[in-house]
Amino acid sequence: MEHGPGHMMPTPGIGEPDGRKGIQMQVTPIGEEASAFHNNWLLPLCAVISIFVLALLLYAIVRFRRGANPTPSRNSHNTVIEVVWTLVPVLILVGIAIPSIRLLRHQYTPPPADVTVKVTGHQWYWSYELPDHGVSFDSYMLKENNDPTRQANQRARTDADGPPLLAVDNRLVIPQGKVVKFIVTADDVIHSFAMPAFWIKQDANPGQLHETWAKVDRPGVYFGQCSELCGARHGFMPIAIEVVPAAQFAEWVGSKGGHMPGATPAAAPAAAQASTNAAGNATPAPAVAGTATVNPAPAPQNPNVANRTNQ
Amino acid sequence: MSTTADSLHLRPHEAHDAHHGEDHKPGFFVRWFMSTNHKDIGTLYLIFAIVAGIIGGAISGIMRWELMEPGIQVLNRAWPIGAGTANFDEWAHHWNVLITAHGLIMVFFMVMPAMIGGFGNWFVPLMIGAPDMAFPRMNNISFWLLIPSFLLLLGSTFVSGGTGLGAGTGWTVYAPLSTSGSAGPAVDMAIFSLHLAGASSILGAINFITTIFNMRAPGMTLHKMPLFVWSVLVTAFLLLLALPVLAGAITMLLTDRNFGTTFFDASGGGNVVLYQHLFWFFGHPEVYIMILPGFGMVSQIVATFSRKPVFGYLGMAYAMVAIGVIGFVVWAHHMFTTGMNVDEKMYFTAATMIIAVPTGVKIFSWIATMWGGSITFETPMLWAIGFIFLFTVGGVTGVVLANGGVDNYMHDTYYVVAHFHYVLSLGAVFAIFGGFYYWFPKMSGRMYNELLGKVHFFLMFIGVNVIFFPMHFLGLDGMPRRIPDYTPAFREWNQVATYGYMITIAGVAVFFVNILWSLAAGKKAPDNPWGEGATTLEWTLSSPPPFHQYSTLPRID
Repeated sequence: MEHGPGHMMPTPGIGEPDGRKGIQMQVTPIGEEASAFHNNWLLPLCAVISIFVLALLLYAIVRFRRGANPTPSRNSHNTVIEVVWTLVPVLILVGIAIPSIRLLRHQYTPPPADVTVKVTGHQWYWSYELPDHGVSFDSYMLKENNDPTRQANQRARTDADGPPLLAVDNRLVIPQGKVVKFIVTADDVIHSFAMPAFWIKQDANPGQLHETWAKVDRPGVYFGQCSELCGARHGFMPIAIEVVPAAQFAEWVGSKGGHMPGATPAAAPAAAQASTNAAGNATPAPAVAGTATVNPAPAPQNPNVANRTNQ
Repeated sequence: MSTTADSLHLRPHEAHDAHHGEDHKPGFFVRWFMSTNHKDIGTLYLIFAIVAGIIGGAISGIMRWELMEPGIQVLNRAWPIGAGTANFDEWAHHWNVLITAHGLIMVFFMVMPAMIGGFGNWFVPLMIGAPDMAFPRMNNISFWLLIPSFLLLLGSTFVSGGTGLGAGTGWTVYAPLSTSGSAGPAVDMAIFSLHLAGASSILGAINFITTIFNMRAPGMTLHKMPLFVWSVLVTAFLLLLALPVLAGAITMLLTDRNFGTTFFDASGGGNVVLYQHLFWFFGHPEVYIMILPGFGMVSQIVATFSRKPVFGYLGMAYAMVAIGVIGFVVWAHHMFTTGMNVDEKMYFTAATMIIAVPTGVKIFSWIATMWGGSITFETPMLWAIGFIFLFTVGGVTGVVLANGGVDNYMHDTYYVVAHFHYVLSLGAVFAIFGGFYYWFPKMSGRMYNELLGKVHFFLMFIGVNVIFFPMHFLGLDGMPRRIPDYTPAFREWNQVATYGYMITIAGVAVFFVNILWSLAAGKKAPDNPWGEGATTLEWTLSSPPPFHQYSTLPRID
């Protein structure tokens, strides 16, 4: 197993499903606001209303069963109570709408972006491009060792990659604590770029660009799945994002043959060297080799790309 | 003002003995294949819905079987359980065919035919004191359009849909998966199927509107109509206004597929999201089309077995009208993740939440109808009470999903699957079963078996909750919809859901035993088996009613 950015060990139960009954741990400010709104307000409200209705029903069932109340009343109107059960729900809804609208406003007023990632959905894989960093690559699901459809030259999933059906060969790596803007599109049918732990889900529409954003403070590996039916392998095009400190992000960019914005792209030699430098150097962005075509970096080699036609 | 016994003074010559001369039935072929009789057409619709429900329910069985374990263990089997091939992509495509067929069959060929075609046809004329529907022959073609429609949908699974046999687009048929993304005739056949089903429903809706507006018995003002009739009236308007939009949208799909247009293709100036707007402009009223007749049936059942008039009759009627109207202006809450702007999201969040108000009025009015009543718990009442509670649970998760900012997380996960099955599978279907037991004596002239009916209810009440409640957990944990395989973290709750399916299917088996036994050997049903609480006009007729009723119109004072 390789090490370095792009190969962090996932933490069980964080950034991935674990059979829990509630929302995944959130690692973005928006996610924290939204999950708190759900867990502390919407969910208790759902429970209280459901239990209230159930209690009324049970009381009526017991108290007004024929054995207990042989003579039915003829009562079919009560203006006061009808007004009450119209107005009280209105007030409750206003109480929901205020934080809900506030959440929307926060989601739609992102801070200035530090890093821009263009995300493209394909049948059936994702590709990522960091236009300011000169990085671009495809990301495929890793198949299981015993999967008969796995080609001999495709790397099998290991636990270090992440859970089955969620682990990918090339993770998207983004810097910790930075505002990352995702520009989402697709090149065939509609896909949806979803990352539950960031509280983001943006449909990838062919012919359109849409943006969403995340600012993640916790380093770690986070998993999501395509969330719009996109054909046969809709269930088999996961998304994996690794959040790393800024220095490691620069190292990863180097390992992908890119460069940090503002840095002068050096002439060809040895991105591999540049990335080793970066590993030992917390200052951002050593100048890193230019284009992917001349880049000898060993980077997570991707047999899937070579075998795209076999996917 | 209401439908209570004391407001309906029927003339004595309406006694059912007067009807013997009206009972000349045509021969078998003419009666069932060229029918113009609303009751026979209603029966045909109900039989059709039961057949479609068996097929749609069997498909959910295949899906639950596949989802019992991680990995692919069913889709690789022989067709139609699996894809019948050794190709992984065809297995995965077969999954999409199953989810598509399940959705379309349950919506267009089970719930709608049962509620509107079946109970609507049977009981709207009886309840308003009309001899038949306004356009009896149009009624017949409404039903018979459904047969080729259903055959086209079933037939589409025999022809190529691109990756494998059948249309694998989901019931929403989103472009461009349904256009450039699905080669082969399967999707065309599915679209034609929807065209025919839509035409059938539009004709039916015209028939109901005309019947209800023009053929009410003397004295049956709109504000005296039973709430079931109100519910069908509102539903008919929704059908009439919503289905043409669907027809337009899927016709554009057809031309995009076959004639080189680019309505939904950006490379030709089109827009993929336009299809979703058109679809959901139909699709959201459609979900109310599926539930409103259920509201009506539950109102009749609760009033009958509480032996009280419906509480807040006018509020109940106009709550349905309000739900119908607001239902047309909330469609884009199905599209919160498509990239709409913040103003749109705020509007659709607010508008959607408003629907909770008239829905709350209905829930509380049903409980208030029970309040002070003298309630007995025959099988229909159990279904109605189950409906009220489970619809509430589905309703509150709807309020959660209405929040555009929160929906980001739940959208296209099993949380949504749980929500819409609570309101439809546990809402609409519970109402259908309630209505079926409620009116079975009237329709068949035989009493059903009360013990079997209750066993059916309790098995199914437990079963569907065991299926669908854990899906909330799966959704909150991040499991997307429409996937044939999942990461092992999702295994436990999926297994629980599959056990729930087994319990449910046992309940459905009891239902079929009950019908067959009751039709063959059930006790003969009296005109009104439910006593003083059953005050609507159908209970003044014999069980089953004469072939033609109300040759002298009843008069309601």
